[in-house]
Amino acid sequence: MSQLTMREAISRGLREALENNDVFLMGEDIGAYGGAYAVTRGFLEEYGAERIRDTPISEAVFMGAAVGAAMAGMRPIVEMMTINFTLLAMDQIVNHAAKLRYMSDGQFRVPLVIRTVTGGGAQLAATHSQSFEGWYASVPGLKVAVPSTPEDALGLLATSVADDNPVLFAEHALLYGMRGEVPDERYSVPFGQANVVRPGADVTLVAYSRMVHVALEAAEVLKTTRGVDAEVIDLRTLRPLDTETVVESVKRTNRAVVVEEAWRTGGFAAEVASSIQEEAFDYLDGPVARVGGDDVPAPYASALEAASIPNAQRVVEAIERHFGI
Amino acid sequence: MSIASRIEQSQITEYYRMMLLIRRFEEACGRLYTQGKIRGFLHLYIGEEAIATGAVSALEKKDYVVSHYRDHGHALAKGMDPNVVMAELCGKATGSSAGKGGSMHLFDAETNFMGGYAIVGGQLPIATGLALASKLRGDDRVTMCFFGDGAVNQGEFHESLNLASLWKLPVIFFLENNLYGMGTHVEFTHAGGQDIYLAAEHYRIPAAQIDGMDVLAVRDATTEAIRSVREGKGPVFLEAMTYRFRGHSMSDPSAYRASLEVDQWRTRDPIDSFKAMSLSEDLVTSQEIIAIDQEVEAAVQEAVRFADDSPAPDLPSRFDHVYA
Repeated sequence: MSQLTMREAISRGLREALENNDVFLMGEDIGAYGGAYAVTRGFLEEYGAERIRDTPISEAVFMGAAVGAAMAGMRPIVEMMTINFTLLAMDQIVNHAAKLRYMSDGQFRVPLVIRTVTGGGAQLAATHSQSFEGWYASVPGLKVAVPSTPEDALGLLATSVADDNPVLFAEHALLYGMRGEVPDERYSVPFGQANVVRPGADVTLVAYSRMVHVALEAAEVLKTTRGVDAEVIDLRTLRPLDTETVVESVKRTNRAVVVEEAWRTGGFAAEVASSIQEEAFDYLDGPVARVGGDDVPAPYASALEAASIPNAQRVVEAIERHFGI
Repeated sequence: MSIASRIEQSQITEYYRMMLLIRRFEEACGRLYTQGKIRGFLHLYIGEEAIATGAVSALEKKDYVVSHYRDHGHALAKGMDPNVVMAELCGKATGSSAGKGGSMHLFDAETNFMGGYAIVGGQLPIATGLALASKLRGDDRVTMCFFGDGAVNQGEFHESLNLASLWKLPVIFFLENNLYGMGTHVEFTHAGGQDIYLAAEHYRIPAAQIDGMDVLAVRDATTEAIRSVREGKGPVFLEAMTYRFRGHSMSDPSAYRASLEVDQWRTRDPIDSFKAMSLSEDLVTSQEIIAIDQEVEAAVQEAVRFADDSPAPDLPSRFDHVYA
């Protein structure tokens, strides 16, 4: 095992991917600049400009070019500097990448990884702080991975790269510096397998990406201040979604809270909450609670932004409000 | 102008047969649409046959063709089986996509027909990427990307021209300028007017405007373009001036076009004029023409019969090729 940051783990995953000559990287400032979040620093020197391709600021065309190259049998990995910019390429992602295998009745495949940066918390204001992974997860034809730790990031990236279909791989901006244990040997983390990161008996907290850490913090608070034993589940991928692990947990704890950074209205948490109610209704001691981002465009000022993003305190309050514990 | 010096005997019948196949196929589609056997959107290529025929005939089988939603002509020209195309249009299990794509989304891996794309302009980035793959692999393929005048004001058009030129990718951007994006004339949509090929100059892409009603003019310009692209000189832009004789789709009565304008273009029918020239120069006989007419008619009838006789897809097949 080694201690790696999330950034280092993803970087290692990309190096492992580049051992396959069909893999190449494409994106804005991933070469000479080293990547906006420095994930590909040094890659240009090591792999050359043919495989580490700096693009113009033209999200639609480099996204679409990745789709076309993938149809032709290459395995492109695209870096979308932030998930906010994926909107400029949404035609290619949603209308084309996600549809081609189906519409061609399997004649063509799109082995493509879209690495992108999600989430707020860095005072980048309304256009640069959004969490759209849940939107993409509603599209048949896209897989969505949302790692919360360096170990999962590397393992899920390995699975993404090996997949013959388009994967949106959302890295949280505030997690790049997070350190964690990462196995030294090659490994992968399968899609569609949620991880019980903290076992507990009284309430199930479901989260993904950075909100896993918020849920874990809330679980600690619940334990020390109220003696409540919370189980925390990290979804790890939104599509495919592992509802089985979640439902199994809720059947034991009888209470569920879904925590998500995205806007509460229409958020992916609603999908998870709905699944719990459909499959574990008779086991529930109360309604499935959602803790989501405030329904506001992300504000710039530090205190305003912090107040709009879910934190441990909000999770604890939601549990008290809904379950009286 | 004599065509004898510009064409081989076998090409006369080849081009005539393909243009006529597309024409008769599209006419049959129109009939099936009014019978309710083809549904959804149906965009006929009638009037524009010289472009698909002349351009695609200059390609090799390994080369990629990318099209838009008016894609039947390009698909047939690339060698797709009329039977499976017609079956797809009729939503049958034997269709090219087993009924999952329809008229606007034809695909055929076997002939490297890389798809009809129904979001205007969406196919240009994909064609750019196919060409990128060819460049990375050095496989000497050319990608030919068709689009209409409606696509040229999309960001994806400009982004694609820029990237393809910047990276010197082996792609031919082939504009079929039929003067109308749905019902709006190009003069009202493109600041540069109808000479759209001039826009390519800004991106340092060699460009030419050609007569899209003349199959030989199309073939010759395309052959030249392919040579340049295969030499690694980067993309070429061709603009073929053309006209669709029918409405934008089957639901379009063409109220925005004067009947005089339509009639004038019809006098330049690419099939009639090619046939007349070939006959007048004794490059083909009336008997040969009649034989091809009958052969094409039979092929289209067979396609309709095949589609009619084919089974509808099983309902569970709607989940085929769903991976997430």
